[in-house]
Parts: sequence; structure tokens; C-alpha cells
Amino acid sequence: MLEIKNLSVEVDRRPVLKNINLKIEKGEVMVLFGPNGSGKSSLIKAIMGFSGYKVTRGEIILNGKNVKKLTMDERAKLGSGIMFQHPPEVRGVQLKQISEYLCKDKMKIETLAKELSLEKHLERDINLSFSGGEIKRSELFQLVLQAADILFLDEPESGVDIENISIMGKVLDEYLSGKEKSALIITHTGYILDYIRAGKGCLLIDGELWCSGRNPKEMFEEIKKDGYEHCRECHGKI
Amino acid sequence: MEKFDFNEKDAELVASSGMDLSESARSASFLQEDSVVLFSRSLQEGVEIMRMEDALEKVPSAKKYYGEAFKELDKTCPENTEGGYFIRIKKGCEVEFPIQACLFLKGRAFKQRVRNMVVVEEGAKAHIITGCASSGSAEESFHLGVSEFYVKKGAYLNFTMIHSWKEDVSVRPMSAALVGPGASFVSNYVCLKPVREIVMYPTAVLAGENARASFNSLILSHPGTLQDIGSRVIFKEKNTQAEIVSRAVSLGGKVVARGDLRAQAKNVKAHLECRGLVISEEGTIHAVPELETNYRDVDLSHEAAIGKIRKEEIEYLTSRGMTEEEAQSIIIRGFMDVDILALPEMLKDEMKKLEEKTLKGSF
Ligand SMILES: Nc1ncnc2c1ncn2[C@@H]1O[C@H](COP(=O)(O)OP(=O)(O)OP(=O)(O)O)[C@@H](O)[C@H]1O
Ligand SMILES: [Mg+2]
Repeated sequence: MLEIKNLSVEVDRRPVLKNINLKIEKGEVMVLFGPNGSGKSSLIKAIMGFSGYKVTRGEIILNGKNVKKLTMDERAKLGSGIMFQHPPEVRGVQLKQISEYLCKDKMKIETLAKELSLEKHLERDINLSFSGGEIKRSELFQLVLQAADILFLDEPESGVDIENISIMGKVLDEYLSGKEKSALIITHTGYILDYIRAGKGCLLIDGELWCSGRNPKEMFEEIKKDGYEHCRECHGKI
Repeated sequence: MEKFDFNEKDAELVASSGMDLSESARSASFLQEDSVVLFSRSLQEGVEIMRMEDALEKVPSAKKYYGEAFKELDKTCPENTEGGYFIRIKKGCEVEFPIQACLFLKGRAFKQRVRNMVVVEEGAKAHIITGCASSGSAEESFHLGVSEFYVKKGAYLNFTMIHSWKEDVSVRPMSAALVGPGASFVSNYVCLKPVREIVMYPTAVLAGENARASFNSLILSHPGTLQDIGSRVIFKEKNTQAEIVSRAVSLGGKVVARGDLRAQAKNVKAHLECRGLVISEEGTIHAVPELETNYRDVDLSHEAAIGKIRKEEIEYLTSRGMTEEEAQSIIIRGFMDVDILALPEMLKDEMKKLEEKTLKGSF
């Protein structure tokens, strides 16, 4: 589904990702841990092709295709979908318009909007004065409508209350449980792991990827216990 | 409307300025081509509509008011006009369906000079939708429109003007409104098609207590064009209010978006809002908001914001699969929001469709 080989990325001529290797199979859910500023968001932005994230080395293969020459919309059409950590407000464009662009089935839009308590938000300008939790629900809403093959979820549960995490977790679990879709999930709190089966984990520290493929729940427990400082010292030797 | 034969293209152009040739859901219609009035009739009791020259002969108030609004502004009007409409809504008459008028330019290098007048008598209420359009044959043509509005005590006039010109036509509208006590004048202006040059500064004089005015405009500027468009409100009496709202998008042309609020009485409240979006490197938008008063207890404010579409917004949409062009287009359409116009539901839907049709292929 996704294969990343020897990927290095620069932002403002500063290296933020160094020689990353990562593979996510179809139906697989990978969790990405890492301290603030370690490069997690940058990794998914580079995969999507955001401007400012310059690939200086390596390859990104999405659904069997090298994305190097592809624009962002082409990458999205190839099956990748991103949940933004901090999405921008888009004045004048309503959530409904994007929804109807992503999905022609109006019933599905309606049902899912209801499930995620977003019925009223459909008529609103996208992200404009949305609360933190509403933003996350609206992002998930769009990805499910997009029917993306691989989801890049940037902290899906941050700022979301317990009840809504459970609602989002349910929607996400249902989406992923068919084993047709894959995901790369960034999380600090680990709450989302209570709702979905994540097979593997990995860890980004200072732009380098470690521990790829380990059991994510075990990894999370260790991080909780010893902190990322311990990871820095260990350098993936476990 | 039967009597004349428009070719298909011209009929479409006339429709693009808001004219409904079927007259369904219209109270009265007026159509002038170059200097000839092709059609003029009222379907509603209490509404008079006719050629200006006829009105000056037949209708006492036409003669009485002629030029009065411009005198109020110390302005002289160009003479030698031919045609134009006179519309009068009689005292207390509330007109449900819009009254429509269209001034069509057809002749090559023709100089159309029209004189319009709208009188809304005491307590009357009406919506007027007027369009100006030019045929493909109207090369290097010119339009001068002199319009005056009299909104009497407690009356309401909602006046919408759609300009549908082309790149080699120059336009000079002149307009003044006198708004009486407790009366409201709403002016909506829409110009989405190319035009060589438009210079206009329509002005409303709030000449009675509790009078209100609002000017709303949507302007799309095409490469190589100049639109110098302002709205001015002069507050001559106390407790008057006004609002000026404009949205301009430059695809490469120059827009000067002016707004002027002059409070000459106590307890005036008014706001001016101008937002601009510059799409092309060649485009410019110049916002000139002006506020002026000698009184302390007035509340005048303005906000102006001009910028380009932020890259993050485009990327947000392209990350969902839209192409950059699609993303830009949906953002521009959202910016050119028909909802800023104060239109009744019926006309709002028409306007949305019209805008959609006009914008298609514009960018
Ligand atoms: N567009 C950008 N412009 C400038 N610097 C950037 C940009 N994007 C990322 N960076 C920098 O790159 C580094 C990695 O940032 P990134 O957002 O990828 O971290 P992260 O792992 O997602 O952190 P967090 O857990 O806080 O979200 C940081 O130092 C950040 O400031
Ligand atoms: Mg991040």
C-alpha cells in the first residue's frame, strides 16, 4: 500500500526527516509515536506532497506508484487521505460542498454527518470557528467520504472529549475492520488505540525512524513509563 | 414579450443581465435597445413604467422631481439623453414580484445615453432588477446612464443592477437617491463580465429621520479592465443608518473600490466593509474607504481587507483531490457570495444561477 525508501526531507533547507524506511501493507494499521517536533506531521505532509516539504532523497511508493512527479490531488486520487493536525479555515466554502465533491451518495453524507454530530456544520464555512473536537470529527468525516485507501491521521483524538473519542473510534474501527484500508496514525495519548486494532508501531525521534514493526501497545506503555528520553538513549536497540 | 425578434445570442445576453423575457414572476418590464424602447408594460396595478420622455409629458411627479436628486449633490447632469425608464410605484402599493428593466447596446460604436427615474411613493414597497448588456455587434460602444431615485416617507426600494458588458465597452453610470423619513433604499450591484472601463460613484442622500441605505456589490475584474466603483452615503438627518459592503476579485484587471460615509447629523450609524481577492499577478485592487463627520455622537466604522488566496487553503482542498484550478474556483465562488446582496429569496436563487452561469469559464 505504502512504501517509503531512504526518504530524506528538508523544510527551509533544514533536514527534518533522515533516511526513513517504512512499509504499510494493505489492511495494516501502523501507529507513529514521537516527541513534539520530531517530524511526524512532516512525514505525512511529505507523503501527500505539501509545498515546503522537499524530498532530497529516496522514494515514496503509493499503491504501487512512485509519487515523485504527482501533484497533491493526484496523490489523493491515488488513495491517500490526510487528517490535518491544524487545518486552515477556508472562508466561503462549506463543509457540505467538500462532502458533495468527495461523495456522490447524499444519503451516506447525511447518515455519517449524523453519526459524527456534524449535521449543522455542513452549512458552515469549513473549519471557521469549529471547536477542536469538531475539527477532528469533520476531518474524519471527509476522509471516510473520500473513501481513501490509506489514512494519515495526525493526532485524531487530540482535543476530543471521551464521548466523542468513542464515537470517532467506532467510525474509524468500522472503516478499517474490512481489512481493505490502511492507516498511519500519529498519537500522543494513545486513547485511539482502545478502539482500533493497530498491528504495528514505529517511533520518530529527531527525524529518524526507530522500532518499526513493534507491538504498538507495548511501545506506548514503555514510552509512558520511561519517556522519550529513554528512547533517545536506546536508539532502537531493544 | 412578443413583438420583437431577438436572435438567440442577444436573447441570452439580455437574460444574462437578469431580464426574464417570459415575464413570469415579474410585475412590470421595460426593454430598450440603443435608443429605441422595444417594450414597456406594467402587469401590476399601482406600477407605472414608461419611456422617460413620455413620463415628462404625462406624469406630473416626473417633471417635478427631474434632476432634483442631483441638485441636492450640486451636480449637473449631462443632457441629450434618449430614452431610459420612468418607474413609479404608487402610494402604499406593495409590489410582490420584481419590476424589471434592461438597457441593451447593439449598434457598433453606438453611444447610448439614457435617463432613468424611479419614484417609490409614501409607504410603497418594490424590488427592481435592472440589467445592462451589450450585443456582440456593439463594438467600441459607450453607455451613459443617469439615474435618480426618490424613496418617499416610509417606502422601501430594493434595486438590483446587473452589468453584463464586454471588453470594448465603456460605461459611465451616474446615480443619486433621495431617501425620505423612515424610508429604505437598498442597492445591489453585480458586475462579473469584462468591460473596458466603468467609473461610477452612486450616492444616497438620507434626507429624512430614520432613513436607511445599503449598498452591496460583487465585482469581478478581468485582465486589461478598469472598474472604479464606489458608493457614497450622505447623512443629512439624525438617526439615519447605512451599510456599504463590497467584494472584488481581480483576475488581472484594476479595481478601485471606494466607499464614503459622510455624517452631517447627529446619531448616525454606518459601516463600510470592503474585501478584495487578487488572483493574478497583474491584478490590482485599491480600497479607498472614507469616513467624515463633524459630530461626536456618530458611529462610523470601516474595515478593508485585500489579499490573495492563501496557499494553505488551496492545499487543504487539493489534499482532498481537487485540482488547483478547482480549488481556486470554489474559493472564488465562495468569496463572491450572493448572500451579501440583500435579495428576496426569489431573486437570490435567480442570482445564484446567473452567477454560476457567468462564472463558468471565467477562470
Ligand atoms: N512548514 C514548516 N515551516 C517551518 N518549519 C517547519 C514546518 N513544518 C515543520 N517544521 C519544523 O520541522 C520540525 C518537525 O515538525 P513536525 O510538525 O513534523 O513535528 P511533529 O512531530 O508533528 O510534532 P508535534 O508532536 O508537536 O505535532 C519542527 O521543528 C517544526 O518546527
Ligand atoms: Mg505534528
